[in-house]
Amino acid sequence: MTAPTKTKAAPLAELKGDLAVLKEKFGDAVQPAEYEGVVIANDVLLEAARFIRDELGYRYLSSVTAVDYIQEGYFEVVYHAYRLEGGGPLVFKARTPRDVATVPSLVSVWPGADFQEREAWDLMGIRFAGHPNLKRILLWEGFYGHPLRKDWKEPYYEEEHKPFSSRWPSGHHIRAEDRVFWHDNVQYPLDWDPDQAEDTSDELLYIGMGQFARAETGELVEPRSLRTERLVVNMGPQHPSTHGVFRMVVTLDGETIVRLEPVMGYLHRNHEKIGERNMYLQNMPYTDRLDYICSMSNNLGYAIAVEKLLGIRPPERAEYLRVIMAEFTRIVNHLWAIGFLLNDLGAFFTPALYAIEERELILDLFEEASGSRMMCNYMRFGGVAHDVSDDWIARAKELVYNRLPRAIEELDRYLTHNELIKARCQGVGVLPPDLAVAYSTAGPVLRASGIPYDVRRAEPYSIYDRFDFDVAVRYNGDVYDRYLIRIDEMWQSLRILRQALDQIPKGEIQAGKKQYMIRVPAGQAYGRVENPKGELGFYIVSDGSPNPYRYHIRAPSFINLTALNEMCKGHKVADVVVILGSIDIVLGEVDR
Amino acid sequence: MDELRDLNTMPVPSELRNNVFVTTIDRFVSYLYNWGRKRSVWPMMFGLACCAIEMICAAASRFDIARFGSELMRPSPRQADLMIVSGTVTKKMVPQIVRLYNQMPEPKYVISMGACATGGGPFKEGYNVVSGIDKFIPVDVYVPGCPPRPEALLHGLLKLYEKIERQSVRAVPWYQRGESEAIPVPILGPDLIDPRRLPEIRARLAELRARQGASTETSS
Ligand code: SF4
Repeated sequence: MTAPTKTKAAPLAELKGDLAVLKEKFGDAVQPAEYEGVVIANDVLLEAARFIRDELGYRYLSSVTAVDYIQEGYFEVVYHAYRLEGGGPLVFKARTPRDVATVPSLVSVWPGADFQEREAWDLMGIRFAGHPNLKRILLWEGFYGHPLRKDWKEPYYEEEHKPFSSRWPSGHHIRAEDRVFWHDNVQYPLDWDPDQAEDTSDELLYIGMGQFARAETGELVEPRSLRTERLVVNMGPQHPSTHGVFRMVVTLDGETIVRLEPVMGYLHRNHEKIGERNMYLQNMPYTDRLDYICSMSNNLGYAIAVEKLLGIRPPERAEYLRVIMAEFTRIVNHLWAIGFLLNDLGAFFTPALYAIEERELILDLFEEASGSRMMCNYMRFGGVAHDVSDDWIARAKELVYNRLPRAIEELDRYLTHNELIKARCQGVGVLPPDLAVAYSTAGPVLRASGIPYDVRRAEPYSIYDRFDFDVAVRYNGDVYDRYLIRIDEMWQSLRILRQALDQIPKGEIQAGKKQYMIRVPAGQAYGRVENPKGELGFYIVSDGSPNPYRYHIRAPSFINLTALNEMCKGHKVADVVVILGSIDIVLGEVDR
Repeated sequence: MDELRDLNTMPVPSELRNNVFVTTIDRFVSYLYNWGRKRSVWPMMFGLACCAIEMICAAASRFDIARFGSELMRPSPRQADLMIVSGTVTKKMVPQIVRLYNQMPEPKYVISMGACATGGGPFKEGYNVVSGIDKFIPVDVYVPGCPPRPEALLHGLLKLYEKIERQSVRAVPWYQRGESEAIPVPILGPDLIDPRRLPEIRARLAELRARQGASTETSS
């Protein structure tokens, strides 16, 4: 390790708690890291990971991500593992020199690391030795370079950090197209031959699926009179039921699914690269566009992560407003999710219309508070952007006490005991609890599998520790339970909302002055919140400048998809659509 | 036809002014034809990103796109008249969008909904984002906003009506001789490649290489 430079402080002096146990067990292979956690040597990483999971009890791997410390010349892979009983994370890291860029894969210990490691390979160019399927995931096979490396420049690159001098303060702006060589958002390597231009990105995928099928039939050599042939079928990215531009490639045996591979990245909008050029506050509106149904709670997650670094808390009224907005968002999301689950079941649009009707009423409240229906951009570091009137509170109460309970009850009455729904949903897409944990699923998917894990309880943030509510949990882990749990959670959200709306005090809504450009002390923070879709985490590395050095989003929809293959195996094609609907993904968050 | 044209310039006796409808067959046919189809523009069920949510809301009960005859969202491009590009167009997605556009039968229209589809929007700097769908397919109406409210989308639809109203059966491209050409589907190489720009790409790459060769020679 080279001497610490600007981006790094001195390592922690001593290790406490489980980190000390880890150090004792592995000796010099475990070294304290800067700010938080330990660095584990690559040769014992697998063993240490097993120890962490089995002996120390951190069974839930929440986030895997990588940071490019270009000045020090190494990549760092950061893991955050949690105990299911609750409490803080165990942070451990692995390092690899930039020119080697290989660390052992942890997929064998936590299958939930699968997509996250692929993402790190795709965007950062770190190889994970032993990964069963190390392909690009968000970009296409054949893309030139690994965009999140600090020395990789996008075609429209202007400067390292905003505000760009070309736009401010003199104020005029030259169009990006006019500034760049190609007059477009593209760049090509010098040694590339345009005459060979051919799209091979899909071929690889199909060949992969086909080979697998053949290999499998190879194993099943049994002289039978009736031979079935395997078929590779593509669904998406333009498909009416994939909730956006999501694509699945399935290998079929007859009509039964043998293997399913999600293909994503059709909405990869480069949140992280743009986020690292932005100033902290400029990222706030971008978080709206992650999971665009739940913009308010995305704001909350980001605000909490940065506040951790800043070491500030918002005033009381702002905390209440945050909780109120976040819980309203949960109801919005679950209504939407249930409406569209029914859509996927074939009840074309009618249930969705009912769900959207209630959603509109909540959006009206959001609009009044923040100025926008969908992209609220409402939270600030240490507060919220605007206060709400007493009239607003009164109308919110009217919704919470009268209108919404009626609507949820109505949904419940028409759907829950509906024979058709039961027939299509019960026993379909089952995810057993141990797999749900192993695949790092979160939110309703995890809780419907019988694991009562909710960040609001496990590691309370904001003021959730003051409210009286239950963590909804169901035990069958099928589509039906994932539907029921959303109904349960809406009831719990209403409970929280009632308490919050009754208790909300008067007062300030912003700690300190409103600031455009904040300076965040150097450090690393992982802030997570229980979003309607699951645990949303923001991993932020600050080097003390006005821009984040690393800005990573742990998106629940993305990681929940890791388990999709497991849920779909053995079911029919028609069920895939329903299973996907029950996971409730939003592509803005899957692809980021 | 010529007599009809004369009719147009022929003076109409004043007592008949309010009774006689003077027009050409062409105008009359176009009027009827456009009147008929402008109120039944079927959009394709095709959502890209956040803007798609507002598109769905426009189709839902509060805003009710059915008032304008466009509630039949067709999942298949073969049955659709209108493509609403509702969201960020990424490089990975643009080949599919062009393909879908090619599959739509004529007459076809495109509404570019939101800042992203129009010019890249907040994500314009992103390495995987196309700066506007109009670089690949022709756009009839742009709807600004991020996301545009459902009302704004409906307004865009009304603008499209106006455009349809003004089309003449004689001049529209889909009644001309010959087939209309498909748009070449972009290719995913080391970066997005627009086949129409290949000659230019070739020339500029050669130029870049020459420039770099010169600089390495001088430095060595
Ligand atoms: S214009 Fe705004 S709302 Fe629409 S897709 Fe782009 S980011 Fe999303």
